[in-house]
Amino acid sequence: MLATETILFYSFGYMGLLFAIAYYGDKRADAGRSIISNPYIYALSLAVYCTAWTFYGSVGLATRSGPRFLTIYLGPTLMAALGWVVLRKIIRISKVHRITSIADFIGSRYGKSTTMGYVVTIIAVLGVVPYISLQLKAIAVGFLLLKSYPFHSMTAKFADFPMFQDTAFYVALILAVFAILFGTRHLEATERHEGLVAAIAFESIIKLVAFAAVGVFVTYGMYDGFGDIMHRAREIPELRRIFVSPPESGDSADWGIYIFLSMMAILCLPRQFQIAVVENVNEDHLNKAIWLFPLYLLAINIFVVPVAFGGVLHFSYGIVDADTFVLTLPLTRHQTALALFVFLGGMSAATGMVIVETVALSTMISNHLVMPILLRLPFPQFARRTDYSSLLIITRRAAIVLVLLLGYAYFRYIGEFYALVSIGLISFAAVAQFAPAILGGIFWKGGTRAGALCGLLAGFGIWLYTLVLPTLVHAGHLPYSFVADGPYGIGLLKPYQLFGLQGFDSISHAVFWSMLFNVATYVGVSLFGPVRPIEHTQAALFVDVYKYSGAPGESSFRRGTASVFEIKSLLRRFLGKKRTEEGLAQYAEQHQINWKKEMVADSGLVDYAEKMLAGAIGSASAHVMVSSVVKEEPLGIEEVMGILDETRQVIEYSHELEKATAELKAANERLKELDRLKDEFISTVTHELRTPLTSIRSLSEIIHDTPDIDREKLNTFSEIIIKESERLTRLISQVLDFHKFESGRMDWQFTWIDLRDIIDDALAATHQLIRENNIQVSRHLPAQLQTVPGDRDRLIQVMLNLISNAVKFCEPQNGKIEITLNETPDHVRINIKDNGIGISPENQKIIFEQFKQVKDIRRGRPVGTGLGLTISRRIIEFHKGKIWVKSEAGQGAVFSFTVPKGNSL
Amino acid sequence: MIGYRAKGYRLAALFMLGAVLFNYPILSLANLNRMVWGIPLVYLYLFLVWGLLIFLMVLVTRRKPKISIKKRHYPK
Repeated sequence: MLATETILFYSFGYMGLLFAIAYYGDKRADAGRSIISNPYIYALSLAVYCTAWTFYGSVGLATRSGPRFLTIYLGPTLMAALGWVVLRKIIRISKVHRITSIADFIGSRYGKSTTMGYVVTIIAVLGVVPYISLQLKAIAVGFLLLKSYPFHSMTAKFADFPMFQDTAFYVALILAVFAILFGTRHLEATERHEGLVAAIAFESIIKLVAFAAVGVFVTYGMYDGFGDIMHRAREIPELRRIFVSPPESGDSADWGIYIFLSMMAILCLPRQFQIAVVENVNEDHLNKAIWLFPLYLLAINIFVVPVAFGGVLHFSYGIVDADTFVLTLPLTRHQTALALFVFLGGMSAATGMVIVETVALSTMISNHLVMPILLRLPFPQFARRTDYSSLLIITRRAAIVLVLLLGYAYFRYIGEFYALVSIGLISFAAVAQFAPAILGGIFWKGGTRAGALCGLLAGFGIWLYTLVLPTLVHAGHLPYSFVADGPYGIGLLKPYQLFGLQGFDSISHAVFWSMLFNVATYVGVSLFGPVRPIEHTQAALFVDVYKYSGAPGESSFRRGTASVFEIKSLLRRFLGKKRTEEGLAQYAEQHQINWKKEMVADSGLVDYAEKMLAGAIGSASAHVMVSSVVKEEPLGIEEVMGILDETRQVIEYSHELEKATAELKAANERLKELDRLKDEFISTVTHELRTPLTSIRSLSEIIHDTPDIDREKLNTFSEIIIKESERLTRLISQVLDFHKFESGRMDWQFTWIDLRDIIDDALAATHQLIRENNIQVSRHLPAQLQTVPGDRDRLIQVMLNLISNAVKFCEPQNGKIEITLNETPDHVRINIKDNGIGISPENQKIIFEQFKQVKDIRRGRPVGTGLGLTISRRIIEFHKGKIWVKSEAGQGAVFSFTVPKGNSL
Repeated sequence: MIGYRAKGYRLAALFMLGAVLFNYPILSLANLNRMVWGIPLVYLYLFLVWGLLIFLMVLVTRRKPKISIKKRHYPK
């Protein structure tokens, strides 16, 4: 109906417009004024989820299964609600670790594994190829329909056309060119594709508007609104049947599994990962996107049912393929302009998907399939290559072409026998296999590489067997008995009724078994299988990403150094000179490093370089490359466990707490002891003060109250009063002295002293005391004595103290004190010997402590403050001498002290 | 972080609400051969719940978290 030229003109015009938008978006991004950095563009670009399947296929599914088509959009709506928890975490992890694709994500999580990268990439490519073929089919069918309606029936087989007249083949080639132009224009392989995202967001607007346009046309142009269509549809038995979700057996299980499947798909489709995670500008955009995206899904589905019912009402059942209603309905009413617009809408849905999907897959293929293999090849000329970045781009472009050709092949040999939705669901079931590895990977530290690998392979195997092999049967490549009777006639292995399970449709049957095997194997092998240290590390970094992502350097436990030169040349090989310089300059600025001076790259820089490289060639390859130049200090298992094992951290922490508590306890004990001593001191001192005071006071009162007191008594009394006052004075000055010592405020006046003078002075001062007690004092002093440095008054104080002590403890009637002085090369020693009761060994230890007085039962309380010996010891120690006592009970005591001669000071 | 966490819990609760309302057996209560306002009940039910869920998500996400996270620097 429309000339081929007209359709081509508008198609290429539309593509040109897309390209202009992408170009503008890139230019704005380069200028630093991003047009995609807002939640609305982000949400619209997420709508790349709605492909030709949505645009054409939903209507078809609605005519067959009623509301079932909605499950594909209810799942993502539910997942959007979880997006704040799940997607935000994935985005954060990917930003921190510079992750570029789903293969990178899974590979990196499970110990930067190259093998995981291979497996995920291969599953993704095989799984998504049918989905791409679906888009090719939609565009080709739409094109043919527009060109030749109504002469070309939709059921004609495209396989009948020779290849070079086959529209789908040209569509594939043109899309490849566009994907290359959009996705790999830059020589820099690591940039986000701002322009691409802008174009995708624009496509999302076009497909929504186009679908709404045809919806409004059918609902209000051809019929009289929703009510009218429903009312008429009620008259048709086939339509009345799908007014409810068909209550055939198993529908409730199918319904739930479809919702589950689409939930997993929105998370695991490579293109969704590309748009939602890799191209995400700002985590906070999720805030609005998590409701904007479901709103978009709701909007694009409003008119599905009216168009489906309207189409059936118009054409009646089975004449025209319901997948094409959106085009054929306008065409029957000769609305060619609308039909062309709808075709462009369908094309926008298909191209958006194909472009993003192939870009995502090409990144995976080049980073996780081609590069690891090339880097391991033993070609010296390859290893010496100085610039890989152009090679990366070429690999990616080749990968795009390859993926589209695979899509075309699938379409030509298998896909055309299927409705759009069935093909799409096969892809959903394939990518859903990634879900356990991803979700387990971000929430469960126990998930291991072996577990994830086995789980993926198990799920993928079941998928191949239950979904892909049967499609080969339908396409005539395998005998029909394979499906009907099972391989070799084994009924339990029938691909649609594995192990005899019935009551599911083929998709939910496959999803059930593959997910069951996948999850069970993943968990089982993770729990019982082997683990390597790096897996622990990555597991902790992923699961606790919010904890570790404070700063870039913290997000790795790599320890090792390399030369700056090696790191630089490595980066240059993959990123080119410009980006290397830029990246290093940025690092230098952040860490205030001067590259001219810095020769050794520390672990922080090594880690930074690895992440830069990971953006270009994927984390596994980057890890291998960086490891080749880094002298790695192996991360000990204890350290890994120390880092990871939170229990251990807690235990260590509590150990520290216990230690601190013990210290506090000890300090508290000391304080208590001091407090006790202080109390004792005060009570001793007050007691000592009160005793003389009491006698002074009572004697004074007697003198005062007795005017006729005789002279003799008065003399005695006043003598006692004077003595007691002297004692009081002495006591007070001792306490003051002690206080001075304790607080370190004593003034010392050192001079050269002859110790013999000290002894004489002290004896002179105690002359009275000695005489009163009838004590004989003998001195044995040398004729010659070297002077020593010392404080004269203080040393006299010590002597006085020791003499008065000796006097106190001497035998009452026959006291003898012997003072001797002898000289050693370094010291002068003075000994004061008495013939008193002696001091028991345990008391010898404590008498120099403050307030410790020897309590003698026979003599009651000793007189004194208990400070005398303490003060003496302080004084002698200050002179760097020693003071001690030797005694045996009943044999008297010898107090000795030494004062060093000046030469030893 | 309190605001972020509370939001996560609220949205997770919405997820559970939706998961229950969108699935059997609750869905079977609406999966009846009956028209309401000229529209088959099950379609009306699904779209209304869908809209309600989106509305609730708007309400939950519109509240600003009390503490804003400081900007992070990633290597470029």
